[in-house]
Amino acid sequence: MGMFILRRLGVMILTALCLTFIVFFLTNLQPNLEKLAKNQGNQRMTDEQVMSWLGNHGYLQSVPVKYGQWLGILPGFTRTLDSGKVTGRCIAEDADPTVKPRRFCGVLQGDWGLSTVFKEPVWDIVIKRLGLTGWLMLAVMCVMVPSALILGVMAGMREGSRLDRALSTISITSTATPEYVSGVIFIAIFASSAVGLKWFKGTATSAMDDITFANFTLPVVTIALYGIGYIARMTRASMAEVMTAQYIRTARLKGVTFGNIVLKHALRNALIAPFTVIMLQFPWLLNGVVITETLFNYKGFGWTLVQAAGNNDIELLLGVSVVSVFVVLVTQLISDIGYVYLNPRIRIA
Amino acid sequence: MAKWDYDGPILEIDKLSISFFTRLREIPAVMDFSANVMPGEALGLVGESGCGKSTVALGVMQDLGVNGQIVGGTIKFKGRDISELTPEELRDVRGNEIAMIYQEPMASLNPAMRIGKQLMEVPMIHEGIDAKVAYQRALEVVTDVKLPDPERILNSFPHQLSGGQQQRIVIAMALMSKPSLLILDEPTTALDVTVEAAVVDLVKDLGKKYGTSMLFISHNLGLVLETCDRICVMYSGEAVERGSIDDVFNQMQHPYTQALFRSIPLPGADKNSRPLVAIPGNFPLPHERPPGCNFGPRCDYFVEGVCDTGNVMMEQISGDDRHVSRCRRIKEIDWHAPIAAAIRQEKAEIGEVVLKMKDLKKYYEVAASALFGGGSKKVVKANETLSFEARESETLAIVGESGCGKSTFAKVLMGLETATDGEILLDGNSIGDIPIEARDTATVSSVQMVFQNPFDTLNPSMTVGRQIIRALEIFKVGANESERRERMLVLLDMVKLPREFADRMPRQLSGGQKQRVGIARAFAGGARIVVADEPVSALDVSVQAAVTDLLMEIQRTEKTTLLFISHDLSIVRYLSDRVMVMYLGHVVEIGTTDQVFSPPYHPYTEALLSAVPIADTKIEKKRIVLEGEIPSAMNPPSGCPFQTRCGWKDQVPDGLCDREVPPMVTLAEGHQVKCHLSLEILHRMEPVIKIAAE
Amino acid sequence: MEPLSWIDIILRLLAQLTPVWIALVATFTISITYKRRLGLYGKLFDSTIGMVGFALVMFWVYAAIFGAFDLIITHNALEQVSGMKNKPPGTPLSGAKEGEYAYYLLGGDNLARDVFSRMIKGSWVVVQIAPLATVFAFMVGITLGLPAGYYGGKLDTLLSFLANLILAFPVILLFYLLVTPEIVDTGIPSYMGAVMFIFPIAFVGILLNSRYHTQPAIRTPLLIGVLGVMFWLYLSLISESGTKLDVIPRWLDGFDIPGGILVVFVSVVFVNSPTVFRIVRGLAMDIKTRDYVAAAQTRGEGPWYIMLWEILPNARGPLIVDFCLRVGYTTILLGTLGFFGLGLPPESPDWGSTINEGRKLLSIYLHPALPPALALLSLVLGLNLLADGLREESLRD
Repeated sequence: MGMFILRRLGVMILTALCLTFIVFFLTNLQPNLEKLAKNQGNQRMTDEQVMSWLGNHGYLQSVPVKYGQWLGILPGFTRTLDSGKVTGRCIAEDADPTVKPRRFCGVLQGDWGLSTVFKEPVWDIVIKRLGLTGWLMLAVMCVMVPSALILGVMAGMREGSRLDRALSTISITSTATPEYVSGVIFIAIFASSAVGLKWFKGTATSAMDDITFANFTLPVVTIALYGIGYIARMTRASMAEVMTAQYIRTARLKGVTFGNIVLKHALRNALIAPFTVIMLQFPWLLNGVVITETLFNYKGFGWTLVQAAGNNDIELLLGVSVVSVFVVLVTQLISDIGYVYLNPRIRIA
Repeated sequence: MAKWDYDGPILEIDKLSISFFTRLREIPAVMDFSANVMPGEALGLVGESGCGKSTVALGVMQDLGVNGQIVGGTIKFKGRDISELTPEELRDVRGNEIAMIYQEPMASLNPAMRIGKQLMEVPMIHEGIDAKVAYQRALEVVTDVKLPDPERILNSFPHQLSGGQQQRIVIAMALMSKPSLLILDEPTTALDVTVEAAVVDLVKDLGKKYGTSMLFISHNLGLVLETCDRICVMYSGEAVERGSIDDVFNQMQHPYTQALFRSIPLPGADKNSRPLVAIPGNFPLPHERPPGCNFGPRCDYFVEGVCDTGNVMMEQISGDDRHVSRCRRIKEIDWHAPIAAAIRQEKAEIGEVVLKMKDLKKYYEVAASALFGGGSKKVVKANETLSFEARESETLAIVGESGCGKSTFAKVLMGLETATDGEILLDGNSIGDIPIEARDTATVSSVQMVFQNPFDTLNPSMTVGRQIIRALEIFKVGANESERRERMLVLLDMVKLPREFADRMPRQLSGGQKQRVGIARAFAGGARIVVADEPVSALDVSVQAAVTDLLMEIQRTEKTTLLFISHDLSIVRYLSDRVMVMYLGHVVEIGTTDQVFSPPYHPYTEALLSAVPIADTKIEKKRIVLEGEIPSAMNPPSGCPFQTRCGWKDQVPDGLCDREVPPMVTLAEGHQVKCHLSLEILHRMEPVIKIAAE
Repeated sequence: MEPLSWIDIILRLLAQLTPVWIALVATFTISITYKRRLGLYGKLFDSTIGMVGFALVMFWVYAAIFGAFDLIITHNALEQVSGMKNKPPGTPLSGAKEGEYAYYLLGGDNLARDVFSRMIKGSWVVVQIAPLATVFAFMVGITLGLPAGYYGGKLDTLLSFLANLILAFPVILLFYLLVTPEIVDTGIPSYMGAVMFIFPIAFVGILLNSRYHTQPAIRTPLLIGVLGVMFWLYLSLISESGTKLDVIPRWLDGFDIPGGILVVFVSVVFVNSPTVFRIVRGLAMDIKTRDYVAAAQTRGEGPWYIMLWEILPNARGPLIVDFCLRVGYTTILLGTLGFFGLGLPPESPDWGSTINEGRKLLSIYLHPALPPALALLSLVLGLNLLADGLREESLRD
């Protein structure tokens, strides 16, 4: 088991390095950098000025070197100005020149750079926004997982029954409703002045300070709905398969009641497959978060991603990517470990 | 719940009819089926797949699913009609009064629940006892089914046990509440022969010990003979003959029963002088049953106007005890007439050596744990110094149980794997280390294979003809498409399939027909050596004989060398010229069929012979039950591979068996045994199978 | 003129869709008549769920095709009519010209364009891109997934690692990185397209060669012909004058794809391929243990013949079902792109962009955002139901 986790961790780090490098490469392409230069300097810079600006800020080094510096395994870029003042990646604008600057200042050192849009350190932004999204995700999980599992188990328990058909149709419909459709429909029905129900609020901006039933329900349900269908269908398929298994017949012919067959014999076996699915759906739940936060104007992590990407905020986008890749990989690791735990057949060794 | 007290028959089935309802039609699965089981009695239910024998069992359990329904007759358990029980009463009967054991032990145990919990559940539900008492009971029963270290077993998960141990657990589970009736549905089909023998013995002993009545469902007449008191033969949804074992086996009164016995190889049969008689035609589909007698169209005694009208009723056979048969012509048929003189085949002349193996070795390296990888690598010795020769027109049988290395050997011969060491000589050319991609067309087409599973052997999405033509294309037979098509039709003729089959999809064919196509495909390039990997073991008994005969016939005309891989010694004895017995990658005995089947034996051959059930009441067998299970090839025992289970080990001085792999000892011309036993002891061995004097 | 009542609107909508109804009825009549001879497609008409799904899908397919020929739509999807801004459904046009449809049946959007016509035009974008992108994703997934599953070992480890790499990327992030004008300028999406569009050619080439290599007389001309045409299509597809990839002269370049569409297409294929890869790989690993594969091996068939002619046809059931689901998923992805205003031009009538525009005034005006949202919902629902029906019918035999 220890060996297994170590190997998974190794693969995970390799994946993280590859992914961050890809993001780094794509965000540091020439057109992006030129745009950055013009944004930071002024919009009417000549090409020459752009190049010199970029050179002065260390952007003209080769990509692997820049990546190394960003990561913090290569010494940070420095240059000496004509005035003799030394500036560089690791030296803040107003740093005390008598203090010897650090050599390394990358992600590994906790130095995530400065956001050009928010004018704040990336780390602070990410932590704050992640906290807001955390509440959203927690609520989504609390709604989505139990209802999806109940839906799936009820449908799969008696395959082909009327209950199954009804529940299956519900879950198929919900998988056909992406967040931007369900969100729009929910807002139209429950929050618009045109329909006039006005049960909930159409934005969740106020939920950033104070979560209430009125301002948080719609975003949570919007994200959860798409997932519910997917997980419920997985659970149903898995449950239906388990219910036809020979050992279920054994249990039935042992005289076990139907309730106990479902709860004691079928459930654990049926939950192995959906569990991995739930965990592996994280990259795509992140999707839902981005759409929903944009739609409901909830300034969390997803909203930040859109802001960073839309405004060419390279450092912030990198930071956001690192965190989301990290979240995804951790959930994958949990999924692997959980799978081993749930399935006794591979617990040995 | 207290058990019901009842004196009469445990189970009375009277004129039972069961149907399944699909979207299109009603499919009658069982019709007019009657049987009684007395206390302590064991009734065997025999028939081919699809004859409805399992449906009867499920009917007794009232577990026919959504589509199944009892449409006529009654099932009485201890005098009470089981179909009139409330769901609660039914639950009390299940597991408590009637218990069931199935074919696939692994599938019948919940993979995510510990064995102990699964066992304890039974008395806890039915007798309301607490966990502690139930645990004690479980310990007792697990000890009764002769499993070592019961406490550890109760604490383990099903996948941690071997197949034989799992089946013992399933039996233990069935006995937990000491039921009055035990239903066994092909309980040993998934097990190896020697393990099967042990399980059968166990079931018999426990049945006596617990005083349980049994309903034993099997397709194997030999097994029924060994376990049951009475037998009921089923054909196409009906019981055709019912009586005591002795009556039915020796005084059979139904043409189907007779045909069944004539199509299985008994010790007296021989492929040339007394060939098997296959039952002509095919099993009728449930909705295509003929009028009158279901067996009519395939029956040798069929008379128009008598057998094809109305419903044929069961008739009492006078003189015998409770012996009935469903035949209109019982009295007219001479049941003792000798088998109509089958065409006596001339034995083909055995020719030159075609294939020669010299010290063939095949080792695999596997990671110690497949899932987690890493760690130490282990060497699996799948084949250990295999040496033999095979001649033209000869049938060499390779016998052994799972894990003996026979499939690996086939792979190496075919070139799907290359040998680790040693040589394979085909006509004197070494091919052992040439993988199949590097072999020339002539070599590839002359070594071909017939596969075991008929449902898997043909590509389901290509027509039968297309698949044979593809083989012809690859073997460069025929100059153009039309020549190949012509040749394909000839091949279909050869395997006795109608030419229309060329354009059918495999799913439209029955198992036997698919197997014939597989044979035609193997012979497409004029194969000289054909490896037949259990070609008939997945087929029904009556079809087995026909396919076996077909193989023999083609072999005679084509002078093929047949390497017949099998675990079924009856069929091996019937058709092979020489036999090679394998155990854990080693050849433990090789010789002509007569030499191998008579003493002196290798101790493993002896046990194997004793384990094979034989459907003949006149045969007396020495009972040798092997202890334990076949060791894993990953972790073979030291010294002689068979030493862990050998009954003769104490006859060899100073633990030689534990230390050294025995040498090949030549006992007679062409007869070799890999054993430490002294020649003197070997020659003292008695034959396992004796035909009792009549 | 008076605004139309809701009943009038519905009646007029139904009338406007007449060609679609005719086509649907024709399709169903013909299919049900010959359903016994149509294999799996015919069996679909035994399942209610499958038929409902098929009807929904075909409704949008026909609507898109007729819409593309300007048959159903009432107005030009890009035309702005003064005074129609955010007008509710059924509002009459002030000063309608001769021969012009007198109403905005589903109202006008914030730029005073006809919502109904935009919705129909939007379906054409989806119907063009989604199935084709899914086909390409399948080509990539199959061509890589089969050898990964069949050979296993190092190749499998490497390919699976790459697939997992892409899967671990949040899709939105990927889109934001790939589908920006700056990245399009660098030509990266075109290069990616150039790599991915190679797969169909490789697939067909290997498919035919493995089947006919025993008969060179048939094989050689066949391969030259088929691959020649495909290669020309390929070059025309990737080569675009004025971009970084301008490899063949203008006169040979059969057609040009607007850069925005190409990028959207490439990124959607890129996102879908790894999942298809995983499915195909799993199926190949399962089917390769069958005896008919062993039989093919023992008669010396090449690995690609076994993969493409022995394994792939027998994996078709799950793959067809997944294809339907995946077209639905691709539709959702296209909507996502439109929703964030990525790739497609801002005035594009596709559903995602329209929803994005409409959502801004959602609390006051429902009609610009709801029709495209419901359209997308019904198409994806149709595809999912179709997949479910197919799965059910293919299991039953």
